[in-house]
Amino acid sequence: MSTQTRPAPAAAERDDTATPVLEMTGATLAFGARTLWRELNLAVRPGEFIAVLGANGSGKSSLLRAILGQQELTAGSVRVAGRPVRRGSRRVGYVPQRIAIDPVTALRARDLVRLGLDGHRWGPGVFGARGARSTVDALLESVGATAFADAPVSVLSGGELQRVRIAEALAGDPSLLLCDEPLAALDLAQAQSVVSLLDAHRHERGTAVLFVTHDINAVLGAADRVLYLAAGRFRLGTPDEVLTSAGLTALYGAPVDVFHTQGRVIVVAATDPGAGQHEHHHPELEEAR
Amino acid sequence: MIGPTSVSDVFNFSDYGSLIALLHNSIIAGAVLGLAGGLIGVFVMMRDLSFAVHGISELSFAGASLALLLGVNVVAGSVVGSLAAALIFGALGVRARERSSIIGVLMPFGLGLGVLFLSLYKGRAANKFGLLTGQIVSIDDPGLVWLAAVCAVVLVALAILWRPLLFATVDPEIAAARGVPVRALSPIFMIVLGLTVAMSVKTIGALLVLALLVTPAAAAMRVTVSMLWIPVLSVVFATVSMVGGIMLALGGRLPISPYITTISFAIYLACRLIGGVRTRRGWAARPSPAQPAPATTG
Repeated sequence: MSTQTRPAPAAAERDDTATPVLEMTGATLAFGARTLWRELNLAVRPGEFIAVLGANGSGKSSLLRAILGQQELTAGSVRVAGRPVRRGSRRVGYVPQRIAIDPVTALRARDLVRLGLDGHRWGPGVFGARGARSTVDALLESVGATAFADAPVSVLSGGELQRVRIAEALAGDPSLLLCDEPLAALDLAQAQSVVSLLDAHRHERGTAVLFVTHDINAVLGAADRVLYLAAGRFRLGTPDEVLTSAGLTALYGAPVDVFHTQGRVIVVAATDPGAGQHEHHHPELEEAR
Repeated sequence: MIGPTSVSDVFNFSDYGSLIALLHNSIIAGAVLGLAGGLIGVFVMMRDLSFAVHGISELSFAGASLALLLGVNVVAGSVVGSLAAALIFGALGVRARERSSIIGVLMPFGLGLGVLFLSLYKGRAANKFGLLTGQIVSIDDPGLVWLAAVCAVVLVALAILWRPLLFATVDPEIAAARGVPVRALSPIFMIVLGLTVAMSVKTIGALLVLALLVTPAAAAMRVTVSMLWIPVLSVVFATVSMVGGIMLALGGRLPISPYITTISFAIYLACRLIGGVRTRRGWAARPSPAQPAPATTG
């Protein structure tokens, strides 16, 4: 099966009656006395782009781990494509936070994408290699990685490697793509091109995207909804609904100001009990917490 | 006074044809080991297990010496020692640093036990020395059948595990997300590695196992990064070292191991040189460090 011939589902038309790709019901996660989030209800439609925001330690990565079946919930349930999650799934693609690959690893960019395509299958994979090659080529082209397809991963820049990682995650044609801070090591231009790449892909293929990030501004143009985690609570809604002074003040239980300026959103907290590492009067650090 | 060493002690090709007929068992053994060792070496390199291989081989040596002392099957003793070491390293040392210290603790203990068992052994001295430096020349028909059977198990296991093991090795997080049993693969691989090490200890000796299980794969990774060519070259290098070493050693009076290790090392040196030139010239064609615009589809 080649990427080029796969029929694009009509999911991008935002059919509300479609089975949610991801459905979390009454999901609660607590470690001892510390509750990360409580009674989280989230239904993600095919093709939807959801930005997950929150301070360090607010449970963003744990949310992804719960969806991957690697973190047991304290209460509630997670269903992916209508079925309860198990450890590991072909329906879910994952772009991890750690993007570096051991520099001694002798591997080409295309080998990494090939692993994303059929690395979970038993057997040496020598048979059918030709068909796999054309699929891998198409994937590499779709993320603009053709030029360095045969380069060792150890010589790729952060932005190049992240493109390859995304191609690797998309290789299995997942219905849900989980991205854990994929922009962390990238400069602004690289971050923008990665986001627009994912945005184009979800419109084209109907892949829902759950995108954990520190910087809301990088995904503001793409995000349909925002899930903001803080202080053991959460807010879910469109960016305009969630990113308001009143909304975030209620969420943190402390005064928070949200400024919209030059198409960017700046979140400033006077005192910030929800954000672990607080700096007074330091707008850059407060941005998008 | 030490008598002068003549070249004919090192290389001597008189009566070569009849010698080859005599030692065809050894040559087959060398080729089989080259195949299994070259393939598993790829994962030894990628999983950073060189030190573990050395540790396993010392404990395998201890098992073999105990078997020699007790008068039971030496290969079985070697396999038991090897598997015990592989499982201990796999279970106790999940992180690389942890693993290194455990290997560093167990390896001298195993070597000491081996020396103890050998000193208590009253049999032929050649049997003792052979465990440390190899005795591929003396392999008999049952020995060859054993070797071939175990190597066949290793090869089948590697063929089945290849892709998931590679995935779990280079990208454990993504592999786990895709449903690859990353944690279960680790001890399974250690068992396969332990079997290979045990077979290598019996033939090229505990001290020189690395020349077969590490050097060929390390050399291959110097000249290519292709997932197809690394194992192919590694197998070629390992087999050339093994079979070439045996063929060269046939006429001389020296043990086989120095020939094998020297060929193996020479291949590595050559690959490093070639790899160095390639790195300076740049790897695959990359037009410029600038990001190419994402291809617009549709």
